[in-house]
Parts: sequence; structure tokens; C-alpha cells
Amino acid sequence: MSAHTIDSAELAVGDIVAERTVHLTRESLVRYAGASGDFNPIHYRDDVAASVGLPGVLAHGMLTMGLAVETVVPWLGDAGRILEYGVRFTRPVVVDPDAGADVAVQGKVLALDEESVTIDLSVTAGGTAVLGKARLRARRG
Amino acid sequence: MPVNPELVGRDFPPTAPYLVGREKVREFARAVFADDPQHTDPDAAQALGYADVVAPPTFAMVIQDLTLQQLLAEPDSGIELHRLIHAEQRFAYTRPIVAGDELVATLAITQVRPFGKGAMVTSEATITDADDAHVVTATSVLLVGGDDQ
Repeated sequence: MSAHTIDSAELAVGDIVAERTVHLTRESLVRYAGASGDFNPIHYRDDVAASVGLPGVLAHGMLTMGLAVETVVPWLGDAGRILEYGVRFTRPVVVDPDAGADVAVQGKVLALDEESVTIDLSVTAGGTAVLGKARLRARRG
Repeated sequence: MPVNPELVGRDFPPTAPYLVGREKVREFARAVFADDPQHTDPDAAQALGYADVVAPPTFAMVIQDLTLQQLLAEPDSGIELHRLIHAEQRFAYTRPIVAGDELVATLAITQVRPFGKGAMVTSEATITDADDAHVVTATSVLLVGGDDQ
């Protein structure tokens, strides 16, 4: 992992700036539902998820998006550096009632200039990408 | 009922002011596995120059959600929650949301275009503070399925 800080002249394209794996359980989903106000039952009821043809209870896309960006916030030092952040929700994260689900996040420098750095976030579950074009741009100064 | 293309350009009233509480920020931070102390410790946030704890970047969705409720409540929208898929989400920030902020969001539908049997709807929420200064613009791309066969 890159030892370079966001304002270092040695920071380079391809540097991995942060990575972690977050273990999600059904409790995580209920906690996010309460914190966010998104009480769509596909995120906590197996019967409802099955009735609409889903393979199981799914993590909220916004939970995945939220934990992904928070992987790099300690490296950024200040969440207020972030100018833009966007993702595509490409695949759902199925959260098994017993085993839960592991979401792996890696942040890598995609582009940079003197003012800003663009970080590409690789976000996978079970080896499959669950977010597409997950990118943030942050101020370096 | 298909998605109403006349939603584009329609004026919506600003949402009721949302007062961002310190404990709400802490609760949200815990829910998104936000471990950095700026989200939970006022001293850490103040050391970065903020008045109080800094909300995680995706907290803006909680405010944007108020505008999506407005959209779903439009009687002629043709958009029903059970046929909706959240396809994309973007945020463009002027500054982070901080506990103590009183925020309002203004909804605009910027695009409705046909997609398969349904439509792709781009819904934008411009979030401003008590001084009417821009904080963040939150954009959702929603896929609305066609009528059931």
C-alpha cells in the first residue's frame, strides 16, 4: 500500500491508498435501515425478497456505497476534501442470515494533477464486482 | 401508467428544513463503518476546522430521500416504488455536511428517457444550508420498470 499522503509529490497513478474488507450481517442491514430511514423490506425480510424474485436479502446499495468511500476517508484525512463521488450499482450484495457477506474495497489512484486526485474504488463481494465506476475526486490542498 | 415525461422542468417546493444532529451523524457513521474520528468526535472535527462532527459523504442521501418522497407523491408521475431500481448515485460537494446544519433540498427531474419497457429517470436534489449556500447536489439515476405483463 502507498505510504504517500494525499499532498505528497511522490503520489503516483496506480498507488493503492487504502483497502479493507467489511463483514456485513443482517444486523448491519437493520442498523443501516434505521440510520438512513430506508425501510424497504427486501433488506431484512427473506419472504419479501423471495416474493419479488431476489436470490436473498440484499444489502442497501447506499450502504455499500457508504462503506466503500469510508475506506479511503482516513487516508484523505478530511472527508471535506471530496469534491465528487459516484457509483453504478451493478450487482446486489446478498447477505446470508448465517454467513453474512464480505465486501472487499480497494482504493487506487486513477488520475491526479496538482489540485486533485481521482480514486477508483474496486468493490467486490464473493469475487464479483458489485459497484461499477466507483470513483471519487478529492482536493489535494 | 408510463413515466410522465412532463416531470422534466417541473418546479417542486423546497423540502422542510432538516436539522442535522450530532447523534444522528454518529449513528449514520457507525452504520456505514465510518471509523474516522472526524465523524464521531467533535474535537477531531474541530481540529480540521469544522464546528462539529462531519457527516460521512453519503449522508446527503438522507436529505435527498425527502425529495424522492416528493417525486413518488406526485399523482401523475407514473413512478411506483416497487418498480424502481436505483441504478446510479452521484454527489457533487461544495462542502461536507456538519452537525448543526439546517438543510433544505430542492428537487429537479433532469431527464426521463425510454429504457426497455420502462424509463430511466434522473432525479437531482440541490441541498443548501440556512444561509442559502450550496452544500451538495445529489443525483440519482432510477430505472422504472414497465407495466407488469
